[in-house]
Amino acid sequence: MTFTRTFATAGRVLGQIRHDHRTVALLLVVPSLLIGLVAWIFVDTDVFTDIGPAMIALFPFIVMFLVTSISTLRERRSGTLERLLSMPMGKGDLILGYALAFGLLAVFQTAIAVSFAVWVCGLEIEGSIWLLFAVAVADALLGTALGLLASAFARTEFQVVQFMPLLVFPQILLGGIFIPREQLPAALEAISEWLPLSFAIDALQAVAADSESPEWIATKLLVIGAWIVGSIVLGSITLRRRTP
Amino acid sequence: MTSNSSAPLHEPSAPAAIIVQDLHVHRGGMPVLDGLSLAVPSGLIVGLLGPSGSGKTTLMRSIVGVQLVKSGTIEVLGRPAGSAELRRRVGYVTQQASVYDDLTVRQNLVYFRRVLGAPASDVARVIERTDLGSVERRLVGTLSGGQRSRVSLATALLGSPELLVLDEPTVGLDPVLRVELWNMFRTLAADGTTLLVSSHVMDEAKRCDRLLLMRDGALLADDTVHGVLEVTGTDDVETAFLRLIERGEPDLRPRDADEEASR
Repeated sequence: MTFTRTFATAGRVLGQIRHDHRTVALLLVVPSLLIGLVAWIFVDTDVFTDIGPAMIALFPFIVMFLVTSISTLRERRSGTLERLLSMPMGKGDLILGYALAFGLLAVFQTAIAVSFAVWVCGLEIEGSIWLLFAVAVADALLGTALGLLASAFARTEFQVVQFMPLLVFPQILLGGIFIPREQLPAALEAISEWLPLSFAIDALQAVAADSESPEWIATKLLVIGAWIVGSIVLGSITLRRRTP
Repeated sequence: MTSNSSAPLHEPSAPAAIIVQDLHVHRGGMPVLDGLSLAVPSGLIVGLLGPSGSGKTTLMRSIVGVQLVKSGTIEVLGRPAGSAELRRRVGYVTQQASVYDDLTVRQNLVYFRRVLGAPASDVARVIERTDLGSVERRLVGTLSGGQRSRVSLATALLGSPELLVLDEPTVGLDPVLRVELWNMFRTLAADGTTLLVSSHVMDEAKRCDRLLLMRDGALLADDTVHGVLEVTGTDDVETAFLRLIERGEPDLRPRDADEEASR
């Protein structure tokens, strides 16, 4: 593994996206627009105060998952993946390069989404705004890492699109947005305690309400970080140089 | 530069660049290559010809080490195919242009150069060699099919690999470009590069030093162009191909035997 190739790949991925202005615009503003829509729906109630933090977890996570998995799949379909794997390109270099490029985009996207939720939609944050931002970035990175993992498994566009309901939707359903997780049936609650998005939503809600210590939030961040690293490692192991 | 197509006979017989032994490859549950054995001598242009579906691409993928192989051995430049060390010594051009449409010609080459760890000056060199100077700042997606495949070829020339595996590099090119490309292959071979070039256009066979004719995953011929035409008593490779099928017996005269005969 060499960092030259990792950084070259990250630069190349960003270069590709830079040529597509519409994608850049969509990537940066779509999560904010969706958060704005949710705030508008509940404008006459105080529901947004409760679910606002979860929305910050949800939309960047989904958008990053989709964008990452589709773009790595394009790499496979265009034949460039085969070319790269016939070159001295480490599998880890490639996956990490993608993670870096989309991670950087995730930081910008999250900054816009958090600012929009707090200063435009009036989401009340009792705790530290920086901690909120840190958790939100980790959550968007998680979307990227799971997207990389999904595309390492998927062989076609259809499969990638199926991986979204498979990997993402259960995490949303069990993440405590619809009903608090402790009110779920015991088995589902046990499962929800292992899902990475639950950690992100818990942490964001805790920061918003300032209900837990920074250490408690740091442990949640640590778990999300472990999921990110695990997905990237698993993704690069799954990638095969030789294909049928 | 001439378009002289026969191998120089005085050339010392170098070890084979590629040795394939009893190669079995299945794709989609069906055998594509079923016990194929062949050798590609160094420093020559070897044409891999056969109709679509004859197993040319599968063989090339196996040689560059991206194909799952069922059994058999492939030695490339003295190493097992797919070894890490070979990844910078072998250049591979896939059938469809494997480059990034949403990057410029130059950005593509700069990226692949970094991946290969080739010298920075290589980018300008391959742009010049493939005559892409006038479009180097354009997005590849806006180029014509012929230009795109030249970008793909330019990528394979980065780092001056000792072996070039080119899958249908001249498909869809206009005749002038096709001649230019074959002239370039000739220059590369003169510099000592081995080229394995596939094509389904029998016409192009005459530009190669040796031919491997394939049909249904097996060899119909492994001979010089002259040898194939002589054996089949014709002056056109297309007809030779048909006669070899009728004859039901392949024309296998690997390099060494051929040299013995010519002495």
